[in-house]
Amino acid sequence: MTQLSLSAAINSGLRRALADDPKVVLLGEDIGKLGGVFRVTDGLQNEFGPERVIDTPLAEAGIMGTAVGLAFRGYRPVVEIQFDGFIYPAFDQIVAQVAKLHYRTGGNVKMPITIRVPYGGAIGAVEHHSESPEAYFAHTAGLRVVSCSNPQDAHTMIRQAISSDDPVLFFEPKRRYWVKGEVSEDISGAPSMESAHVVHEGTDVTLAAYGPLVITARDAALAAAEEGISVEVIDLRSLSPVDFATVEASVRKTGRLVITHEAQQSGGLGAEVAASITERCFFYLEAAPARVTGFDVPYPAAKLEEHFLPDLDRILDAVDRVMGRQNSLTGWSA
Amino acid sequence: MLRSTPVSDDRTTTDFDLLGHPEDLVQLLTPTGERVADPAYDEWVSDVSDEQLASLYEDMVVARRLDTEATALQRQGQLGLWPPLLGQEAAQIGSARVLRSDDFVFSSYRENGVAYVRGADLTDMVRVWRGVGHSGWNPYEIGMATPAVIIGAQTLHATGYAIGCKHDGVDSVAITYFGDGATSQGDVNEAMVFAASFKAPVVFFCQNNQWAISEPVGLQAARPIADRAPGFGIPSMRVDGNDVLAVMAVTRVALDRARRGEGPTFIEAVTYRMGPHTTSDDPSRYVDPEVEAAWAAKDPIIRLQRLLESNGLFTDELQASVTAKADAVAREMRDGCHSLDAPEALTVFDHVYTTPHSGLERQKSQYAAYLAGFEGSAS
Repeated sequence: MTQLSLSAAINSGLRRALADDPKVVLLGEDIGKLGGVFRVTDGLQNEFGPERVIDTPLAEAGIMGTAVGLAFRGYRPVVEIQFDGFIYPAFDQIVAQVAKLHYRTGGNVKMPITIRVPYGGAIGAVEHHSESPEAYFAHTAGLRVVSCSNPQDAHTMIRQAISSDDPVLFFEPKRRYWVKGEVSEDISGAPSMESAHVVHEGTDVTLAAYGPLVITARDAALAAAEEGISVEVIDLRSLSPVDFATVEASVRKTGRLVITHEAQQSGGLGAEVAASITERCFFYLEAAPARVTGFDVPYPAAKLEEHFLPDLDRILDAVDRVMGRQNSLTGWSA
Repeated sequence: MLRSTPVSDDRTTTDFDLLGHPEDLVQLLTPTGERVADPAYDEWVSDVSDEQLASLYEDMVVARRLDTEATALQRQGQLGLWPPLLGQEAAQIGSARVLRSDDFVFSSYRENGVAYVRGADLTDMVRVWRGVGHSGWNPYEIGMATPAVIIGAQTLHATGYAIGCKHDGVDSVAITYFGDGATSQGDVNEAMVFAASFKAPVVFFCQNNQWAISEPVGLQAARPIADRAPGFGIPSMRVDGNDVLAVMAVTRVALDRARRGEGPTFIEAVTYRMGPHTTSDDPSRYVDPEVEAAWAAKDPIIRLQRLLESNGLFTDELQASVTAKADAVAREMRDGCHSLDAPEALTVFDHVYTTPHSGLERQKSQYAAYLAGFEGSAS
């Protein structure tokens, strides 16, 4: 076990993947000498050479399309999209090619491509640098979509993603890159990246989160406990597929569900989780599921992002709502 | 079965300036079938024997025949759609015939002549167009990817594959086929950037058939398309795409450069789409009949036939054997087409993922239960 930041944990995961499988290659902008703008690939080009850790021209569709060709050739490309908001030029190659090739070739051609995306806000960035585009990809058949929330998961899940024969969107919570934790490189007994984890047990409310908001959700659970409300926090970890069984088991116990994510609300993961859980255990619900999300606006300027991003108090407000307590929708005067 | 005529001796590339004059059209066979000398390119087809000439002729006739047959199958309601290659036989057969089995083709949907040369099963060739699957052949069995429908996307795949070949230390080459319309796509331009930067062993084979559905090439390019590649640092050749010998020559030059580690080459094969974009198209709304007639006079098959005639090779035996072959191919395609039934319902869920996806598995089992409720169902 070593103390590592989340970004260093991904770095060590990438290093292991490169060492374990000569077919693993990294592609991206500035990932070589610079080590990536967040230093996630720091030192890897030096160690594995410029043919394994490839600085590419500045063209996201180009990176993704060449990764498809490398996969055709038997390689296992790991692509870095420098920032969430830069993924759209690659959208066509991801959705029309990466996601569909195994299906359209009748299973003859595999696309074991991992697409790393630093995502989310709260870092005071300029526009296109704080977005949460995960729902586009969770909506797309043929892709697997995961997001890590802590250093051990970051290390384990990046290695699991790379070893998957399916394409995986790997969303990295960039505001948590500097969070530290114990990391073991022995992942032989680790659970699948597609399992959700209960990270804080509780009995009154199930609070589902992923990526950057798992820490926020846990803080909210601790705060709720001070008011006598027992919140169970689930780190979804996987967004396609969602481990609904774990969420369902929790909701059958608590009878209440709150879902939170930074991404805009409409058509988001919160809607999918709320609908699916309602279908699966409607008669166990004491209240309608509540969503705490970014608003349906473009990601705002840095000085406004605190109003856009779900935080501890907005989560607690939703907890009050599902608990039938006074909350912002009932008004405070009663 | 692969039909391959790779270059037969180890000549070195003639040292001519491919970056300098891409506007010159390489032509070894005039529209009237006259063999014209070209000091730069002659040696690249000097090994082509009489037998090989006859077999190139056969392949072009067969390509036209299978194309005509598929068009007929569409008109008869057996296929939903077909993208004819009529007029582009020399561009496709000439380039595909000089590939090796370990080369890899990334094409668009119109390259059925290429697929035939690569050894694609004729039933597989119509599978997509009958609507029973999104692909026909296994790409790894014939060294040809499932054709791309998204215009130009495959050029990047070829570039990535070529980078892989280079990393693997082999001299296999990726060749990508696309049209004049595709050259406006970002993917094609990005592919050229990547190919040049990584010196990837890839051949960009552009069939400029003058049309992107109804849009003339002038809307895509203000200058000859071949002019564009040198700006990316990619040597470029402009070839008479209806001249099978010239197409063979330039493709061999490009392959040779790639195999020797000199990186990508761009070929603009100037040809003409004599049919519609697809069977759903109506070119009478936009094609000038006089222009079309002028191109008909440059027909690639007649041109080679004239050469064979002047060489005394266009014998009754040849004509009989080519006709028999074309008939057999057409019959095989027709029978294969008729044999393709709609797949079983639950196969709609197959191959989305390589291993089960819990969300999709649930949908599959629920749909299976739904289907099982119908009268007469097995369960």
